[in-house]
Parts: sequence; C-alpha cells; structure tokens
Amino acid sequence: MKPLLTYTLRQGDRALILAQRLLETITHAPEIEEDMALSNLALDLIGQARALYTYVAEIEGDIDGAVRDENHYAYCREQHEFQNPLLVEQPNGDFAQIIVRQFLHDAYAFPYWRVMQHSTDETLAAIAAKSVKETAYHLRHSRSWLVRLGDGTDESHRRAQAAVDQMWRYTGELFETDEVEQALVSASIAFDPDELRNTWLHTVAGTLTEATLEMPDDVVMQNGGRSGRHSESFSRLIGELQVLARAHPGATW
Amino acid sequence: MTVAASLGDLVRDIEDPELPHVTIGDLGIVRSVTIHGATATVLLTPTYTGCPATEQIREDVADAVRSAGLEPDVRLVISPAWSTDWITERGHQRLLAAGIAPPPPADEPGVTFVDPPVACPRCSSRRTRLISHFGGTACKATYVCNACSEPFEFFKAL
Repeated sequence: MKPLLTYTLRQGDRALILAQRLLETITHAPEIEEDMALSNLALDLIGQARALYTYVAEIEGDIDGAVRDENHYAYCREQHEFQNPLLVEQPNGDFAQIIVRQFLHDAYAFPYWRVMQHSTDETLAAIAAKSVKETAYHLRHSRSWLVRLGDGTDESHRRAQAAVDQMWRYTGELFETDEVEQALVSASIAFDPDELRNTWLHTVAGTLTEATLEMPDDVVMQNGGRSGRHSESFSRLIGELQVLARAHPGATW
Repeated sequence: MTVAASLGDLVRDIEDPELPHVTIGDLGIVRSVTIHGATATVLLTPTYTGCPATEQIREDVADAVRSAGLEPDVRLVISPAWSTDWITERGHQRLLAAGIAPPPPADEPGVTFVDPPVACPRCSSRRTRLISHFGGTACKATYVCNACSEPFEFFKAL
C-alpha cells in the first residue's frame, strides 16, 4: 500500500503546485481571455489534485486507521513532504515562462493520463479517464501559445527561447523512476516512464520546430522534487497556499 | 408515478448555476436516484473535476430531496467519465437559446490541434474564429462571429 500512497501523493502534488503557480497569475495575464484560460487550467488541476488526495486519504486511512481528507494534504504538510517535480514549482516570470512551463508539463500530462486509463488500479484509472479529456485541452492551449510566441515577433521569439532554455533542466525529473514507481509498474498500476518520454519528446520536438525554437542539448538535469528538496521560492508558494488554513485551522466559508 | 421517479424529475429539473435555463437533467449528470426508507441517494457525475458549480449543484440536489421530505445522500461518481455526448437534445436547444454554441460529438480523447468549425448561435454563419480555448468556465471556449461580429461561447466537446 505504501508505494501506491506515495505515487498517488506525488501526482496530486504535481497538479496542486502547478495550479497554485497559475493562480498567482490571475489579473496579471496579458489579456483578459488569457486570465480566464489560466485560471480554468488551474481549476482543472485543483479538481485532479482533490480526486488524487481524496484517494490518498483513503489509502492512508486503511494503513493507520486515521481519518483525513483532501485538505490535510494541501494545507497540513511541511514543504519537504511535497513531492512534486521541480518543473511545476518554477516561478512565473514572464508570460513566455508561464506558457513554456505549462507546455512542457502538458506534453507529459496528456500521454500520462491517457496510458493511466489502463491502470489496474480502478480509482487511478477512473481519475485518468476524467483528467485525460481536460488535459487534452490544456495541451492544445499551451501548444498553440508556444507556436504563437516562438513564431511571432523577434521579442516574443527571444523570450520563448530563453524560457525553453531556462525550463529544460527540469524536464528530466518527469521521467525518473525509483523503487516506488517500479513496484507499481510491475503490477501494471503505473507504466514505464521511458515510453512516456518518447511520446513527450515527439510532441515537444514537433512543436518547437513549428515554433521556430531550438531544443536545448547537453543540459544537466535538476532533480530533487520527489525527495522533498525544493527551490527557494517554493517556501513562499507554500506559505501563501497554507496561510489561511494555518492561521484559522478548520475554517469554513 | 413512483416516489423515486417523481423525485428523479424534481432533481433533473434543477438548473445549472452557470448555464441559464439548462437543467442538470439536460446535462446528463444525474446518474441515478434511489430511495431506501427515508433516505434518497442521488449519484451525480461532475462535468469537469474542478468545476465550482458542482458544490452548488450538490446543495441544490440535497435541498430538493429535503423538500420531498427525505434525507439526502448525494454522492459524486467520476467513472464512467462524463461526456458532452450525454447532453440531451433539449439541452442542446437550451444552450443555443442562451447564445452558447452546443458541442459536436466527442471523439476519443486526442489532440488534433485543429479547432472545429463552429456555427454562430445567433446568425448561424460558420465564418467564426476562436478567441480562446477557455471562456467564463472551463467547459466553454470563446469565439467571435465574423459575419455578425458577435462574440459567443462554444461548449467544447469532452
């Protein structure tokens, strides 16, 4: 049960932390339509995180008998207990960085959820069947923006390329595997991330070409998210996410 | 009519809080209504996982059950995943009447990167263009009609 718990928690953290970053952009997007789009992406991701955390609460409850809910995992854990990949916690920066981070994530999340529909774990398969449809729209959106930025003006091209160069080092971690994941792969609960990497690379390479952007090479990949080692800005993100729940435990509307 | 059937009609007639005059029955999100003793169990399928209207709908359904003198037990089931194909014909007409272009049939989840041609809900022209893949809610995209110049929302196939 423990590997399933950790694995599901990681996926929930990936969705929640990216959602929190997107929510920081509300009222700061370049146009009102994009403000709505980014907050809608965030809403979908929060919905996915809720479903995943609810399942985590169920698994953990079966192990120790304690009653927890989804909020426990979002609001009552310390920073080092979050196991999201570093990519999704990267600060927003300019619009190109927001879009590139989103695209590199969505190009992973879409094929991830598609294959997870075939998980032998019924709950994960059900969450996947729901999430894959939403994520298909996320990928369409972030992909079309990346093409517009890359194949746009000199300035948008320059910023898009800088963002790709900046974010690339965080993409290797998406496909890393460890004993937690291997245990689930052998039970067909999860799937080999290497195959996912090929699909991801295909989407990313095609889109970068269309966007007249270059794929970075020889980049030393950063990792640590899944062992709880986060970047400095992560503490401020968690501070803002948890401040209300910490100051007023159990508060409701 | 049995009690369960009339309660089912009552529940299905609840309007979606974000789609004017479209009922949750029209949307196809009411999976079942069953009564055991004094308790009515209603299974709902959320449209999108993060849709904020879901909580409101849950409360509205619970109120409807209470108004029928029963104790509500409202549960969300995500499997099988909701599809826009479950929206009824009447739902399509009501969306159109509200100025929202109804969804085309949903394909297998895939990314074609091609945005479908959408007819303007006001003048029926197909000379429309996409403004954004998202609108006021996650389930809709924003379009504008080149013929009548009206902006409108399009209910995306899901």
